[in-house]
Amino acid sequence: MSSQLEPIKDPGLPAHVHRKTDTDPKAADRAERQVAAMFGISALGTVLLIISYIFVPDDLFIFIPIMGNQNAHQLGLGLGMAIALFFIGLGAIHWAKTLMPDQEVVMQRHEFRSPEEDRKAFVDTVKEGVSSSGLGRRSLIKRSLGAALGLSALSPILLLRDLGPLPGPEQKMTNWKSGTYLVTDPGDRRIKASDLEVGSVAQVMPEFADPKDRHLDDIAKDALLLIRLRPAEFNLEPDRLAMTHEGIIAFSKICSHMGCAVALYEQTTKHLLCPCHQSTFDVTRAAKVIFGPAARPLPQLDITVDDEGYLIARKPFSEPVGPSFWGREK
Amino acid sequence: MTVEAKLGQVANYVDERTGAAAFLKKSLRKVFPDHWSFLLGEVALYSFVILLLSGTFLTFWFDPSMREVVYEGAYQPLEGVKMSAAYASALDISFEVRGGLLMRQIHHWAALIFMAAIVAHLLRVFFTGAFRKPREGNWIIGVGLLTLGIVEGFLGYSLPDDLLSGTGIRIAEAIIQAIPVVGSYLSYFAFGGVFPGELFIPRIYIVHVLLLPGAFLALITVHLMLVWYQKHTQYPGPGRTEKNVVGYPLMPMYMAKAGGFFFIVFGVTAFLAAVASINPIWLYGPYTPAQISAGSQPDWYMGWLDGLVRMAPPIETYFFGYTVSWNILIPGLIIPGILFTGMALYPFIESWITGDKREHHLLDRPRNAPNRTALGAMSLTFMMVTLINGGNDLIATHFDLSINQIMWGTRFGVFILPPLAFIITKRLCLSLQRADRELVLHGRETGRLLRMPSGEFVEVHEPISPEKAFILTSHEQLPALELPAVDARGVKRAGALKNKLRARLSNANAVAIPKVSTEDLKEIESH
Amino acid sequence: MKRLSRFRRHKAAAPLLLIFALLGIGGTFSVASATTASETSAVERSTLIEEGRQIFLKGCSSCHGLNAEGVSVAPSLIGVGAASVDFQVGTGRMPMADMSTQAMRKAPVYNDEEVAALAAYVASLAPGPEIPGMELLNFERDGSTAEGGELFRNNCAMCHNFAGQGGALTQGKYAPTVMGVLPKHIYEAMVTGPQAMPVFNDKTITPEEKLSIIKWIKSAEAEPNLGGASLGRVGPVTEGLLAWTLGLGLLIGVAVWLATKAK
Repeated sequence: MSSQLEPIKDPGLPAHVHRKTDTDPKAADRAERQVAAMFGISALGTVLLIISYIFVPDDLFIFIPIMGNQNAHQLGLGLGMAIALFFIGLGAIHWAKTLMPDQEVVMQRHEFRSPEEDRKAFVDTVKEGVSSSGLGRRSLIKRSLGAALGLSALSPILLLRDLGPLPGPEQKMTNWKSGTYLVTDPGDRRIKASDLEVGSVAQVMPEFADPKDRHLDDIAKDALLLIRLRPAEFNLEPDRLAMTHEGIIAFSKICSHMGCAVALYEQTTKHLLCPCHQSTFDVTRAAKVIFGPAARPLPQLDITVDDEGYLIARKPFSEPVGPSFWGREK
Repeated sequence: MTVEAKLGQVANYVDERTGAAAFLKKSLRKVFPDHWSFLLGEVALYSFVILLLSGTFLTFWFDPSMREVVYEGAYQPLEGVKMSAAYASALDISFEVRGGLLMRQIHHWAALIFMAAIVAHLLRVFFTGAFRKPREGNWIIGVGLLTLGIVEGFLGYSLPDDLLSGTGIRIAEAIIQAIPVVGSYLSYFAFGGVFPGELFIPRIYIVHVLLLPGAFLALITVHLMLVWYQKHTQYPGPGRTEKNVVGYPLMPMYMAKAGGFFFIVFGVTAFLAAVASINPIWLYGPYTPAQISAGSQPDWYMGWLDGLVRMAPPIETYFFGYTVSWNILIPGLIIPGILFTGMALYPFIESWITGDKREHHLLDRPRNAPNRTALGAMSLTFMMVTLINGGNDLIATHFDLSINQIMWGTRFGVFILPPLAFIITKRLCLSLQRADRELVLHGRETGRLLRMPSGEFVEVHEPISPEKAFILTSHEQLPALELPAVDARGVKRAGALKNKLRARLSNANAVAIPKVSTEDLKEIESH
Repeated sequence: MKRLSRFRRHKAAAPLLLIFALLGIGGTFSVASATTASETSAVERSTLIEEGRQIFLKGCSSCHGLNAEGVSVAPSLIGVGAASVDFQVGTGRMPMADMSTQAMRKAPVYNDEEVAALAAYVASLAPGPEIPGMELLNFERDGSTAEGGELFRNNCAMCHNFAGQGGALTQGKYAPTVMGVLPKHIYEAMVTGPQAMPVFNDKTITPEEKLSIIKWIKSAEAEPNLGGASLGRVGPVTEGLLAWTLGLGLLIGVAVWLATKAK
């Protein structure tokens, strides 16, 4: 409180101002009619909903300005429901505002703190209860109860063990093995090195004996991007250059940041952009990260061709694909 | 029998079995103060009810299974496409069930409005200081509701297993597996093995329709019971004190207004669902990890998280065969954890700074708590900057900018702009206090000029009403805490460093333009 | 004439005369120089190439070099093929209005015959992708919408967005919307890989697959918005914006009305 200075006095509740509907019965009747009209509009809304549901075919489209072609069935149902609900609300509120008593009422707050006798009685009751239960005195009961409860809490945790298998070697492996053919996705066609032009990009998968066996779990780690550049455009260490074939370079399509599909290839800059968090990878430098939150380059797959010129993997990825995890060695 | 007599019979029946009359006689006359800003929480509450109703409708047709099916339904562009049963059932709801698409849209729009209303309500409670004693518990419940709401919304829009939400799940999985030591285990347990597996959608389905709604019902009930029992706060004004509530009784005024407002909220939600398309999953396509769309974002209430992740520096550390992804952990878990914990503990932090341990039922006008208001503005600015970065690709295409520019701008902006917002807001609050003081002392400027006999021109000021003068001066201005480093005998106090910090914060908090007292007014009258 | 000469000293006379003179000279010039407009399909191929060369020299060589060999600001056009020219010039991207981050689609400067001439000229420089003929572009018959959707999401959506509305690339570049584009231009873009877009040749995406993609794009274009107004088909950003502005805004408006006293 500002110590010695006296604050300005509370003038008290302002005098009640009567509404027109309080003093003029005609105004009150008019308000009543307005409320009834709103309820009436609501009823019309319900009728619109019912008619749309039963009679309007769901493949009829009508043109609404600004919105374009709209499904009439949808629009009828939705607007009908909206009108039906909204005008009930409007009517109820208008009724409250104009016709219900609006005298401000003052209600006193009660102190929350209980009276001293109650507080003391509560403390006494609890103390008495605890001591009569014997918990305080009988330490053997206390300790053994603690042990039993604590142990029993372990069972639910244990029962959840089969939520999933423990992480295994599959966490770090893909279906790319030595000699696996690269096939188009979709289509499952083997792809020749000569099928790719400079500047072209293709999404490929490892060949499966039966393409129907390929599930999303496999796609989530196998997805591969093939990009063809002119060999002179590469700026690679010799070991990485050896993993390319005549300007074709293969990267995991799964972002090393958080696992989105990285496929925005900019032909002019030779950059790969991930649309999720805008990590940018430089293809000419083995997908080195040049912008954005990704910390590691995309894993590169060692590719070559077989005798007929079809692209194959020379060996598996030398590191796990996708986002990082605790046990991932650099 | 008349209606009254019939009602009397029913009331008698119930009262003889429950003794409800005593409770109801008081409750039906309970007084609630009237201000539009008190309706924001109601918007959230009613949106929750709408979510329950529309959500139940959807569960009658939704199949939460990741089993692979081939689509043979009405939507031609997906004919013969392989997808999960969940996605196919969501398509069926949209195209085969009459009113299904409307209900899906009502459900999703209600979710967006639910979260928006929670945030608006939180801001109102924060800026008016309604979280102070005795309402700290309710504040914590509110922060809990906000957090659960974000999770529930994320799980909800992930259920249809479409390309956009599936990408969100992929990102969530990356956050889980980035947790040191236990990350891979948690991820395998959540997904039943590798990503995406076949168990995630059915599992989050149960969380989304049973566990979290149950938690919401419990928390919302306690939240409302506390408001009921502790009575609602009210804005300062003539006749309003810390010891009363001025307003209208529950019956009939509030029943009609609040009940009517439920229909308004439902009506507006249905209107949005009728005229604005939301979450067109048939255009996104089914989820597969090898596909992605440009401009992939989560729903707005997670946009700030996305923005934080986008702007994070690319830092990972490696040691002894282990990897720690700071670029994921910091924006994804650590910063949100700090923010939400700070938010939950704020009532206690503020009472520690001010030393004020009394009950408060009168709200603050934000300008009269400049530090708190400035802090709120700072947090809002932080949220806006991160939110903007979350949509940087859409902003780039629509405003001819580059994502790189926006990213760098927000990387710096997130450090520079919030403190700037703090300073500016605090100054603004103090200016407004000064303006209030002027208004009380000198009255309202009428714009009319008067020429005095001496030749001087003066502007005529009209004194403000006593009610207005009271509102402008009824707030408290607490002095800063006295926390001397040494006590009366010159002995150094324990906890000196903590007290120094507290004293500094308390001093900063107490900066204010002194309000007008009756002495000031008398002085004015004398000349 | 006498009637007119009454106005010879009118203050509007000089400006009007000037306007007439300019229009007259300009009109005469454009009529006189519009030789290509009057020539039609009866022109022989070599004349078409020569025409193309003339247009090229006038409108393109300042950036692309006198022999289309490329200069620092513009790439070589040798080997890009008729398809590239048909796409770039036909969509108005070329000639580039200003040397900004990328050429944008705008009203074409040259008409169809001029474009054909330019294309023939550039094709004559070295073999390159050809303009797809009408027979090749029968996507209604030869394409599959559903397969096209799958292909689009696999190969195109990451740049052009799930509904073909376009998306951001790095450093201010962007993938434009594919809505409202002629089928042949879509085909040519895939084959030639304009600007930042990669090349999708016929081996990686077969001609039938390309037609499926075009069929899907056209289907998405024609598809009315099924749940209401579309909000741009760009996802949650515009949805969130509308929830706050129209949704919460309307509700706050009603709340303010609710809490004000009736008169």
